[in-house]
Parts: sequence; structure tokens; C-alpha cells
Amino acid sequence: MSDEPMKAGEEVDLSRRNFLTAATVATGAVGAAFTLVPFIASWKPSERARALGAPLEIDLSKLEPGQMVTQSWRKQPIYVVRRTPEAVAKLEALDASLKDPKSELSAQPEYAKNVQRSLKPEVLVVYAACTHLGCLPKQYFTQADPAMGADWPGGFFCPCHGSRFDLAGRVFNGSPASANLGIPPHSFKSDSMLVIGVDATQGAA
Amino acid sequence: MAASSESTAKQGGFRAWLNKRLPVDEFVASQLTGYFAPKNFNIWYFFGSLALLVFVIQILSGIFLTMHYKPSELMAFDSVEYIMREVEWGWLIRYMHSTGASFFFIMVYLHMFRAMIYGSYREPRELLWILGMLLYLALMAEAFMGYVLPWGNMSYWGAQVIVNLFGTIPVVGPAIVEWIRGDYGIADSTLNRFFALHVIAVPFAIAFLILMHLVALRQTGSNNPDGIEIKKNLGADGKPVDGIPFHPYYTIKDLVGVGVFLIFFCGVLFFVPTFGGLFLEKPNFEPANALSTPEHIAPVWYFTAFYAMLRAVPDQQMGALLMLLAIVVLFFLPWLDRSPVKSIRYKGILSKIALTLFVIAFIVLSYLGLQPANDLYVILARVFTAVYFAFFILMPWYTRIEKTKPAPERVTYHG
Repeated sequence: MSDEPMKAGEEVDLSRRNFLTAATVATGAVGAAFTLVPFIASWKPSERARALGAPLEIDLSKLEPGQMVTQSWRKQPIYVVRRTPEAVAKLEALDASLKDPKSELSAQPEYAKNVQRSLKPEVLVVYAACTHLGCLPKQYFTQADPAMGADWPGGFFCPCHGSRFDLAGRVFNGSPASANLGIPPHSFKSDSMLVIGVDATQGAA
Repeated sequence: MAASSESTAKQGGFRAWLNKRLPVDEFVASQLTGYFAPKNFNIWYFFGSLALLVFVIQILSGIFLTMHYKPSELMAFDSVEYIMREVEWGWLIRYMHSTGASFFFIMVYLHMFRAMIYGSYREPRELLWILGMLLYLALMAEAFMGYVLPWGNMSYWGAQVIVNLFGTIPVVGPAIVEWIRGDYGIADSTLNRFFALHVIAVPFAIAFLILMHLVALRQTGSNNPDGIEIKKNLGADGKPVDGIPFHPYYTIKDLVGVGVFLIFFCGVLFFVPTFGGLFLEKPNFEPANALSTPEHIAPVWYFTAFYAMLRAVPDQQMGALLMLLAIVVLFFLPWLDRSPVKSIRYKGILSKIALTLFVIAFIVLSYLGLQPANDLYVILARVFTAVYFAFFILMPWYTRIEKTKPAPERVTYHG
């Protein structure tokens, strides 16, 4: 910079000044945008949270037909149900009263996209979070449960907003939820050892 | 301003020294003693300043709560119990804060209703209304995150329901939900960031918006129950003939309002702080439990109207969208009202019926949102959701075709 004052007749080069202003603003904006990245990324699950989300092994040898256990994986409650053969047989006949009988609009691994929504027909593994707003559906496994009406085939009922699901976690017509209960990735290490968090290789079941 | 700088010039000593460096007198003269407000304000004009009072109560009680509260999954619930049982006067400070939350919404709803009956959102005050709506949104976020902090079971499940609403956004929804929570479920990380937002970020935003709201009010001047512009009728001295200086007239009047307000506020604070489960819900007196949903999840009363709308729709995405629309539509109020007059006093019968139905719909929806979602309540919620939206959608029509009375030249007194 020159220390000399501007002489009369000298003109300010406005186009040069405007270009420099725009260039400064643009550089500053890019810098500000990059500075945002660490702050936004700091909200993602931390290393510790990710480590705690490691796969979970559950021994099913003590689970009797008709029984259910609740497990927690990645802070999400998961229901593991050993369905009775009669209950499995019944699933086929429910299509007409379900919103998404073929699980086209629902979230599940490819190997659980069948009528039973499971690897083994009798073992159901579902996220215990209503697909409406995440409440815990309660178990109503008894057929024609007095609280649910005479044509109730057995399944889950969400106490928050009244969504109903069958024993494959498929949502019934007239529920506020629009998708079937989610199925977590899972596989079997041995016949009775269920692993939640590791996908089954296709066709291995 | 000329008068004030003359008086400043005549001053001597400390006051002159101060005013030369900090324009105290000039500020008082331009914003208080020289700011003219319509002289026909009625009881509805108390609630703006009372909302500001509650904001101050919340900041003060909140600062003292943070001195004992611990924002961690393991300690949050116990630290609130510690405040309630062992910190000296801790129960009072905590109940002040929880009662203040509900009173904040009562004041804001009455303040908004005032704007709706007297057309205070109309030109030239559209931006004033929008700034107020942004304040309302910020207050909702503040209240929601504050409700999560005690880490009771309703805190936990309320957070679950509200955060999952973001999951209904197509494609990016699930990723956004995980980002908000910072974990695979509502967790310590969620509680900790909500604490940060609740005590620093959102209060700052609210304080800034209050400042903008007041600056915008100074620019347009207050509306009044007759909905006419007092600036159009200036006296020989250049001041509005129907205006009086804000200070001392309205500062003193507002003090009476503060007195009456404190009677109600302290009544709740000392005798019914939980207000029968309406201000503090019963399931929140047991700790958060990820494996046990409360029998019936309902938000605190000030959100239940919108919650009833959410539940009225059988599709979750549409339900969330409708709930959002119910708030967004309020922003457009200044452009939906096509009446030649602002105040309900001079509007026709259709506007009066519409506003009455709207108020009934809002109250009924608020009630329904507190009730379990059984068939009858869902049907009623659908009917009143339709009424709520009809108020806005039909407004350009009914405000134009109805017969209005001419607004007066000067402000009037109806008591």
C-alpha cells in the first residue's frame, strides 16, 4: 500500500474492488462451510456408542413355543418369539386384513421378506418399536383375546395409538402405523444360538 | 429527540458525563416516554409484557437449577429428586420453572388470541406477527427439550415419539433421527445435547427474537382494539391524539397485571404445582425405562392440540405433515385475512362465527390429545382438525363477502 494520498483525477477501479469483495466473501463462505463439518459430525454416534452396538448372541434352547424374550441391542428393544406351529400356519390366511402382507413397504433384511418374516419359521425376531411413533407394542398372543375381539389371531397391540400387528409383526388395516415392525439383521450361529446384528448369508437357513 | 438532547446539554455532573458516552436519556425518551401507544388498550394487552415476565422467571429459575442438575443418563433423574428433597428451597425453584413453562404458553396463547381478534397481524404488522410465530416455534422447541431433562419415563418416551417424527422425512429421515440422538436410541448423548440446547442455544435465540419483536413493534406501533392506526391522526405537536406515552402510563398499568398474574402463578406454584398431572405428568415421577412404555403417552397440555391432529391421520407421514401444516398455516394469517377492517368489533358475523369455532376446535383438540386414542376420540379429532383448517382455508372467502361495520376515526372505549 502506498502512503501517498490519492491525487485529484485518480479514479477508484470499482470493478476491481467488486471482484475482490466477491472473491473474499466466497472464500470466507467456503471456509465457514468447512468449519461447520466438525460441529455437525460431532452429533453422530461416537466411537464408544458404535462399539457398544456390537452383535448380540442369544441362546434360544430354553425358549418354549409361545414364549417371548425381550432383548436390547443398540438401545432398541427386540422381541424374540418362538411361535407355535399352529400360529405359523395361521399367518398364511391373514393377507386380506393386512396393510402390507408381502412386506413390500416395510423394512427387513431380504431373507426375512416372507410370510413368516423370519429365517426359521417358528422364530420371530422383531424390533419392539411401533412403526408409528416408536412405542413398545404389547404381547397379546392368545387367540380371540377378550381385550382384542373374537377374530383376533394373536399378535401385538401398541398401547399408544392402537396399532395392531400379527405374529409376524405385520400391521393390520385400520392402524395408524403404515409399515410392518422392523426386522433387525440376524443369523444363527448354531441351531439354537441366535446372533442379532450379523446378517445371515442368503439361503443359509 | 431535539428536546432530549437539549435537556442533556443542560445537565451537569455525572448524568451529563454518562449521556455523552452512553445515550441513556435518549433511549428512554425514544423508547419509553416518547413512544406513544394507543390509549384504549384493554385487558388483552397485558399478555405480551407478562410473557416477557415469565421469560425472566424461566431464565432466573433455570440458572439456579443448572447449579444442581446433572445432564447424564445415570444421574439426571436422581439429581432432580435431589433438588426436590435435599437442596434448600430446591423444590420451590424447580416448581417455579415447571409452572413457568405452562404459564409461558398460557400467556403466549392469550397474546396470540389478542392478535387474532383485533387483527394485529394485518399490514403493516405482518413481520411482527411472523417474528412472534418464530418465537412460538422456539418456545415449543425449548419446552420439549426441557421436558426431556428430568429423564422420567414420560421424558424418555416423549423424546422417542417427537424425535421419530423426523424419521417420517422421505429418504434421509432415519439418518437424521440417528444424528439427532447421537446413538441408536434415545441415550445419554441425546440428553446431554438437549441440555446444551435448552440452557444456551434456544434461550439465546428466544432473547434475540424478543428483541426483534420489540424493535418491529417500535417501528409500526401497537395496534389497538379498534384496529385503526393512531399515527394517522396527529395533533399540532406531531404526536398521535389517541396515543399516550408508554412510560409512565402503560408501565404502571402493566404492573397491575403483574400483581394479578403473580396471584395466579403463586397459587399454582404453592398449592397445585403438578396441576393434577397436567403441568407435570404422573409417569414422569418414575425413571426413564427403555423397556416399558407408559400406558398412555401424551405430551404436556400445550402441545396436545397438535398431537390430536397427528393421531387423527391413519398414515404417519401424512399425520406428521398435517401437524406441521397446522403451525405453518398460522404464518400466512396476515395474507389470508381480506377484510376491509382489522378488529373483530367491526367485522361481520361470519368472522365472529369462524373465530369462535376455531377457538372451540383448538380447545377440544387439546382435550382429545390428552385422551387415549380410541375410535370415538379419533373421529372427533378428525372433525375438529377439519374445523381448525377450515378457519384458515375459508378465511379469504368469508372475510371478503361479509358485511362489515365502518371502523371509527378515533379510538373508542368499551371497557
